[in-house]
Parts: sequence; C-alpha cells; structure tokens
Amino acid sequence: MNKTKTETIQVKISDYQLAQPSQILKTTGLGSCIGVVIYHPSKQVAGMAHVMLPSSKLSKGSTFNLAKYADTAIPEMVNEMKQTFKVSPTQLIAKMAGGAQMFQFTGKSEALRVGPRNAEAVKEALEILKIPLVAEDVGGQNGRTIEFNTDDNMLSIRTIHKGITTI
Amino acid sequence: MITPERLSDLHKDILKEIGNIGAGHAATALSGLVNKAIDMHVPSVKLARFHEVTDLVGGEETVVAATFLRVTGDAPGNMFFILTIDEAVSYLKDLTGDNRIDEESILACDMTRSALQETGNILAGSYLSSFSDFTGLHLSPSVPHLTVDMAGAILSAGLVEMSQVSDYAIIIDTQLKESEGERTGIDGHFLLLPDPDSFEKIFYSLGVPLDE
Repeated sequence: MNKTKTETIQVKISDYQLAQPSQILKTTGLGSCIGVVIYHPSKQVAGMAHVMLPSSKLSKGSTFNLAKYADTAIPEMVNEMKQTFKVSPTQLIAKMAGGAQMFQFTGKSEALRVGPRNAEAVKEALEILKIPLVAEDVGGQNGRTIEFNTDDNMLSIRTIHKGITTI
Repeated sequence: MITPERLSDLHKDILKEIGNIGAGHAATALSGLVNKAIDMHVPSVKLARFHEVTDLVGGEETVVAATFLRVTGDAPGNMFFILTIDEAVSYLKDLTGDNRIDEESILACDMTRSALQETGNILAGSYLSSFSDFTGLHLSPSVPHLTVDMAGAILSAGLVEMSQVSDYAIIIDTQLKESEGERTGIDGHFLLLPDPDSFEKIFYSLGVPLDE
C-alpha cells in the first residue's frame, strides 16, 4: 500500500473546502450557483467554493455566511489557503463553472439574472486578488456537477444533457 | 420579518393547512386528468438547510422533471411541481397512451413538453386558488416553466430570495400519489417556498400573531 487512496471532498451549497495532493474536490447540482476552484499549479493543493449569490451586500438577515457570496467567499478561501498551504495568492490560478439560467422568465424576479451576476462577481473577486481565471464553463440552461482533481489540475463538468467535458 | 429560525409550531401548522388545502384541490384536478384516484400525503413544513432541500426529492443529482412558477401578488413566492424522470415518463404514457415516450423525448417533443407543462399549470393553479380563497390574499401564477435536470440545480433557483436572509428555507411539501396500481405511476411533490416577506402577510391575513 504505497499509493495514497484518492479521497473525494464534497463541497456543499454556500460552502468551501480545501484539498491536499491526491484529493478530489466535488460539488453537485450547480444551477445558477458557481463552483470556483483556486489552485496552485505545481503544489497540487486547491480550494473549491460553491457560491450562491454575487454580493454580500444582498444579505438582509441576521446570520452571515461568508461562503455564500462571491465577494466574501473567494478572499476568505484564499486567505485560508495562504495559511494552510503557505502559498502566495500571486501563485494561484482559478477555473469556474456554473452560473446557468435554469428557467427563462420575463418577470422581474431576482432569480432571473443571478447566474450571470454570480459569474461576473467571481471574476471581479479574482481580479482584485490578481488570480488569473484560465478556464470557465458558465451560462446556458443546464445544471452541472463538477470535480477538480489535484493530480492533474483538471476540472471535469458533468451535465445530464451533454455528458462530461474537461477544462 | 419572520426568519425561518423564528417560526413557531402554530405558524408551521398554519402553513401545513395551506399545503393541505392547496394540494387537496390539486389532487382532485390531477385525478380528473388521469382518471385515477390520487392520494395526498399529510403535508409537511420543513425547515431545511439549503443542501438538505434536495433530499426531499431524492438528492442533488437526481434527474427530475420540474414545473417552476413564480407566485406574484400579495404574498409572492416560488412553486415547484416535481416528478422524478421515471414518474414523468410513466405519467405521460398514461396521459397520452403513447408508449414510445422516454427520458430524452420529454423535452424534445412539443406534445409531451406541453402536456407536462399544462399539468403543472393546472395543478399549480388549483393549489394557488385555494390558497388564495383560504387567506383572502390576491395571488397569481406566472407562466409555468418546465425543465428536466438535476434536482439541486433546479431547486436552487427557488432559493435565491430566501438565501438573502437566511441559510434555511421554509418549504411546504405535499406529496401526491396514485392510490392503487402495481407500478409507481405518479409520486409528485409540490413545493411552495414563500418569499421571506410573505410569511408576515400570510399570518396577518389569517389573524395569527407573529410572536409566540
């Protein structure tokens, strides 16, 4: 037994998790939410966030979960990566998927534009930290399940209509 | 504002009654459509963390056919009528008598798509009109939208409003089931997710105090 067993870490909605070498980060059923993975290209360490809303300014409640919003989840996760993995943000790279528009409405519900707004907010948060976004699969009308493998830094995306693609 | 964490047992009972009356009418409508007896389970009011919401219909990656509509008016919210993909296929076979219908053809074929959409429309309409009669609130359904996809991706579209105030959703869940029959035909879920601001209006309309 000299090979480490690959372990899959599930990232829930409004949550982020970090992964060590040989671990897989997975999040399921992304609709308008975005799964963003930030990784170190050679150290084989990564973090994945499943964000639901673009901005923490939308919060009207008494409780405040940083991992729910793109503008707070990303800096928080990068900060934790910095401490856990001793990496500098300038060495990190990002990929993202999700941000679909599951239903086409003509009304004025917030739910309408939340997918594209999430994608923009993730880009802004990455720009602030100067983390390049090297690949993305966003928009459309399909749900996605994504998996990031720290062994090869590839993000695989599964949809029920189009099968699996890798970015 | 009443946040999910502050909901009392009395409040939950009221919401259950809304599910009861609404889905009762919807069951009658569905029974008329398929010409079979349809049972309704006792509704449940669930206070669920977002990742638990999809457990109600079998998990995040379960493929479902969902009719989604926005409720507008005095107490806005989101409403889903959900069938697993197998149930949707079997329901459409019953309804149309066409046995060639399968998972892939549901969305591709105009006839099956509009049959399912119209079913969602009729059921949601009867649910909402009894909800409206019970509370005296003016409520109207948007045009229903049908999609087939992962339950997690679909249901999260209904959580956007609530996610701005809480990490929990309040869901009025009512299950409809065929009363007899060897195979599982229909086992649909009605999920009503009022917007955060709507709870006060619902309770107020029924003269229920907000505290205690």
